[in-house]
Amino acid sequence: MFEALDAVLLARIQFAFTVSFHIIFPAFSIGLASYLMVLEGLWLKTENPVYLRLFKYWRKIFAVAFGMGVVSGIVMSYQFGTNWSVFSDKAGPVIGPLMAYEVLTAFFLEAGFLGVMLFGLGRVSNTLHFVSTIMVAFGTLLSATWILSVNSWMQTPAGFGINEVGQFVPENWMEIIFNPSFPYRLVHMVLAAYLTTAFVVGAVGALHLLRNRQNPEARKMFSMAMWMAAIVAPLQVVAGDFHGINTYEHQPVKVMAMEGHYESYPEGAPLYLFGIPNEEEQRLDYAVGIPKLSSLIIKHDLNAPMKGLDTVPDELQPPVPIVFWSFRIMVGIGMLMVLVGFVSLFLRWRRKLYDAPLFHRAAMLMGPSGFVAVLAGWITTEVGRQPYTVYGHLMTSDSIAPVEAPAVAASLIAFIVVYFALFGAGTLYILKMMNKEPGEVRPLPETPTRTAGTTQLAAQRPDVLPAE
Amino acid sequence: MFDLPTVWAGLLALSIFIYVVLDGFDLGIGIVFPFLKSDSDRDVAMNSVAPVWDGNETWLVLGGGGLMAAFPLAYAVVMPALYAPFIIMILALVFRGVAFEYRWRDKAHEKIWDQSFFYGSLIATFCQGIVLGAFVQGIEVDGRAYGGGWWDWFTPFTVTCGVALVAGYALLGTTWLIMKTEGELRDTAYRYAKLSALATLGFVGIVSLWTPLLSPEIAERWFTFPQLMFVLPVPTLTAILAAILGWGLITKKDQVAFPTSIGLFALCFAGLGIGISPYIVPRAITIQEAAAPDSSLLFMLVGALILLPIIIGYTVFTYWVFRGKVDPDAGYH
Repeated sequence: MFEALDAVLLARIQFAFTVSFHIIFPAFSIGLASYLMVLEGLWLKTENPVYLRLFKYWRKIFAVAFGMGVVSGIVMSYQFGTNWSVFSDKAGPVIGPLMAYEVLTAFFLEAGFLGVMLFGLGRVSNTLHFVSTIMVAFGTLLSATWILSVNSWMQTPAGFGINEVGQFVPENWMEIIFNPSFPYRLVHMVLAAYLTTAFVVGAVGALHLLRNRQNPEARKMFSMAMWMAAIVAPLQVVAGDFHGINTYEHQPVKVMAMEGHYESYPEGAPLYLFGIPNEEEQRLDYAVGIPKLSSLIIKHDLNAPMKGLDTVPDELQPPVPIVFWSFRIMVGIGMLMVLVGFVSLFLRWRRKLYDAPLFHRAAMLMGPSGFVAVLAGWITTEVGRQPYTVYGHLMTSDSIAPVEAPAVAASLIAFIVVYFALFGAGTLYILKMMNKEPGEVRPLPETPTRTAGTTQLAAQRPDVLPAE
Repeated sequence: MFDLPTVWAGLLALSIFIYVVLDGFDLGIGIVFPFLKSDSDRDVAMNSVAPVWDGNETWLVLGGGGLMAAFPLAYAVVMPALYAPFIIMILALVFRGVAFEYRWRDKAHEKIWDQSFFYGSLIATFCQGIVLGAFVQGIEVDGRAYGGGWWDWFTPFTVTCGVALVAGYALLGTTWLIMKTEGELRDTAYRYAKLSALATLGFVGIVSLWTPLLSPEIAERWFTFPQLMFVLPVPTLTAILAAILGWGLITKKDQVAFPTSIGLFALCFAGLGIGISPYIVPRAITIQEAAAPDSSLLFMLVGALILLPIIIGYTVFTYWVFRGKVDPDAGYH
């Protein structure tokens, strides 16, 4: 009994570890692929070489990130079987075909056209090359669509029956694919990927603006990234709100944990900004909250009653502290993103966007924020689904493969060592590439003077706009 | 008529075969990587597969995902049974996969990534051979789960299969290099292609004779009349192809050895199929028993029939874009 529990916990840690590492790369490459598509499209349309240089700059980074995404993804497709074979046997008939569709429609498309995108410039026509870039971008989005459908089905299962050997069997594919939480989750994740990329691009732009405010590539990427922040971050808040309402409808217990609602509130529930969840006593210690705001946000009514975890047996509750905190981290970062977008609009209006070192520093600090928010969001939704793998139907403890704890522990250690070493190196290379100034290699003026800098630059770089 | 599980068994076999051939040659290049003469030879060898390798590896993901989708019970039994070789294989694939980009990004540590590429390719191949061998030798099943021990996959037979596959992939890799490169690199490739061809054919012989000894059921298929008449073409064709391969390597016909090697793999694959069918977990679970419900299989079949030709179409397109001998100066790095 104790032995079995250990294997379950170890397998969960292993899955959490490998999937968390994995999601970092797609979260970045979904957004970056679309960005590359936009850059190449703008280059073809305007023939402005700044776009082409930016395309080549980010393409190298994309190649490394995508490679890490591919190899860490292969791990995922086998991990279902090695550690969660009972889950695979039972849920395979429903989620297996969706994943097969992901491979057939998305993975092949990305991988097939990636070669042309990376190596084909000059070998094929510009149009055909652009089509390849579009296919890669489209592939990343298709992949997100299928895998989010799978994940959403595990959260809000629909359209299935259960056969005599206990397998989930499909009854209505439309209901399975378009299960109740899928549209919300998909929009929320794709926007998150776009925001993640925007803040990375913005941070790199900001870094190079701090070094050289005139660098046209740095200005362009910073400007584009800040447009994304200003437009997409507020949209994400709206999408997140819809997603939360949907979660309350289908997985109310998860929302109770997110909100720290240990007790029921018959006359309007407060929104807790802070608190220390106390699992033993089933209460929120040191709680600081705004009365009735939670009811307003989720039910759009100040006095709407909301049930709390006191209505849920202990063994069917998710681990509240993790869900409570990861949710707050995600929301906090989201708010900061909105703020950055808003400040960027103000600076743009005042024509100071490229001339605000303090803001550039802030943008650099925000560079990794998207990754943290994505991870925190996924931890909220995945840990919030516990103790189930298929919500309401299959317990996590009943999903595990018949492998013994030492085997899972050994493979877990191997994954940790290998991932930190290899993906650590990859991240270092990406940072190194980001540290390199975008644009052509420009020799420094031999005797730099205050006035010569910009004129010389303009002489060497006809595409550079004169300084303001 | 064929029923849905049989069709899916065929489609899965096809994707695994495509995987073996495609990733086989780029893993094979990893296996011979340290034996190439110069850094520039290694650059060219790697560039010859850089545009296509992750497309090649996607077939492995299809193999895993397809098995889970079409035969969830088989997936649930095979993965825990072959826990260690699968985990080691995917970790090895991580080592070699990252090398494709890393070695260009960090010239100071290029040697480390070359090692990572070599050992990753070698170990991944060896593990695939072990998986194959363990599969052929049979997997113990208890109810709807794996019933054997941790080390059942580790036997003289499976280790032999592992080494055999290393030789086989080296053959695919070197003959690919013969086809795609020129000069000194091509000469080196010819030398190692001959060695790996001899080793491959030797191992094919050993494994073919060993397999029937594992089970009377397999022996019956190969050595009794009238079944013998149906299976006889396999060894006959193998002998013919081996002769063509030898001729291509000795007379240095650049375009002959690679397709012939693929043909040899196809024949081995067919031989394997004869030994295994109608099981999906040999001698324990049949294709029919492991199959997902028809509603799952049909839903996927519609997509597969539309998408697989398209995938094959643009895969061919990619190979066509990068056709001919590799230009040593090309690449975006």
